[in-house]
Amino acid sequence: MSKLFVKHKIYKILLFVFLSLYALSILYPLLLMFLTSLKTTREIFTNPFGLPKSFNLTSYIKLLTISHYLKYFKNSLIVSFISLAVVMVTSSTASYILAKYNVKGRNFLYLFFVAGLIIPIRLGTISIMRMMIGMHINNNLLSVIILSTAVGIPFGVFILTDFIKMIPEELSNAARIDGCSEPGIFRIVIIPLLKPALAAVAIVNFIPVWNDFWFPLVLLKDDAVRTVPLATALLFGQYSTNYGLVFAVLSMASIPVIIVYLVFSKQFIKGLSSGALKG
Amino acid sequence: MTSKRRNGWKPFMVFFILPAALIYTFFLLLPIVDSLRLSFYSGSGFIPTEFVGFENYKKLFTEFPFKQRMLNAFTNNIEFFIIVTIVQNIFGFFIAFLVTRKIMGNNFFRKISFLPTTLSVLVVGFLFKLILNPAWGIFDKMLTAVGLSGIIHPWLGDPVTALPALAIVVSWQFMGESVLFYTAGIDAIPEETLEAARIDGANPLQELWYVIIPAIMPIIGIVTILIFIGDFTQFDIVYAMSTTQANPGFATDLFGSLFYRATFSTPVRGGWGMGMGAAVSSLMFILVFSAVMVWLYFFKMKGDGNE
Repeated sequence: MSKLFVKHKIYKILLFVFLSLYALSILYPLLLMFLTSLKTTREIFTNPFGLPKSFNLTSYIKLLTISHYLKYFKNSLIVSFISLAVVMVTSSTASYILAKYNVKGRNFLYLFFVAGLIIPIRLGTISIMRMMIGMHINNNLLSVIILSTAVGIPFGVFILTDFIKMIPEELSNAARIDGCSEPGIFRIVIIPLLKPALAAVAIVNFIPVWNDFWFPLVLLKDDAVRTVPLATALLFGQYSTNYGLVFAVLSMASIPVIIVYLVFSKQFIKGLSSGALKG
Repeated sequence: MTSKRRNGWKPFMVFFILPAALIYTFFLLLPIVDSLRLSFYSGSGFIPTEFVGFENYKKLFTEFPFKQRMLNAFTNNIEFFIIVTIVQNIFGFFIAFLVTRKIMGNNFFRKISFLPTTLSVLVVGFLFKLILNPAWGIFDKMLTAVGLSGIIHPWLGDPVTALPALAIVVSWQFMGESVLFYTAGIDAIPEETLEAARIDGANPLQELWYVIIPAIMPIIGIVTILIFIGDFTQFDIVYAMSTTQANPGFATDLFGSLFYRATFSTPVRGGWGMGMGAAVSSLMFILVFSAVMVWLYFFKMKGDGNE
């Protein structure tokens, strides 16, 4: 018995050590990025592995003075918030119909939306360029907002339809007896219950929208409309020899997503896991 | 569940569905179909001027330099996909297996594993470009520290190692996605099934082989098809680590970077004009579409009780 116990203990310790090494391989490059951004140029080369002697914010200050970084940050926030808001509104109303009404073509419509989960929008870029130029919104944040919304809708419908299906019909029926209209049921009964699912949709969609580089790269030209990823690429190219600055640029682009993920990782993992199991 | 009485479309239902359907159709589905159409035209600056039939495809498959660039991107993309698939599936499953054991800190490990996936590919690419940069030499110094100075190498400068280096970086970043999916799959195995196996005297290895692996087969399919779609449209990692010229000497060129150059670069830098760009993206669409069909055939049509 005790021998088996010891063997079991050793097995667990081995697994723990292995996982710790894996965690280190993830955390070390990220820590290196943050720590290096706080070092002086000299320290970066003389002491690449150690902790910075003092928290040196020179690189961050320089970043804010040589570029309109706050503007890029604001642009990224505008794109993320507007597109997420539109995704949440449009996909929750659509999901309500798909989940609660036995209308003709319902299954087809659901599959039609969900197919978007595996369609890479990039492959339509040439046609998108033509459309945006035609509408005179290339070089305008609106173009990226619209595209982020289109990409977000399939995931929204996928998660919300499932969630609304699980809301008991008795709740809606009770409201019906009280004389509530069908759209009224959506507003009064469904929306208040939808909050956790909406949070999952918002969080899972935020990350690709914030990180999107492709459409800003091909659509946005002026400095005034740059988003964070586009600015990251241009600053990296321009200042590639200034290590402290370049690491500050990378850190600034990563901090928002890391914070959002660490704060909401529970909803995040839940939202994505349900996708894995349903396929 | 849903009430069976209401069958007809009412105006408010159309009103509820239409905004999502319109945005999704006009800005995601139609552009893809329209790009297929544009691949039969020639033109410049996103304006199609002349219908040329299959001329763009004929050039892409037979003429220099189109054929060479296309075949190079194809073989690179296959190699890239194979490396990422192997690393992400094997390590991803292994780590998911470990974090679903009752080990100290397994929730922490689950959380951390997904962290790199949330970053932009661009940032991760730039970060590893700096780490591998011989001028700073941080990776070389690490190798020296563990007694491996013999294998120090210009990883991104040598055409043989550059593409695998990019593939490893992408695997590192998206490992968390595999871990998350496999963890969800293992967690979904009913406790009674595992209990029954243990009562029958299964050791952890037998439990793994006879219970867990058969249960997560569908997840292997999902993880692999997502990797395929991601890799055959991958652009950001090439941009960040090897520039749009896919240095050294197109050794890291993938379909995504080929498509970018063909469509958006000047002729001197590898631009081919709108029609050829559309032909490249249409070829990418055909590849992705075929892969999805294969996946549906093997993992979905067999009726494994998945609805």
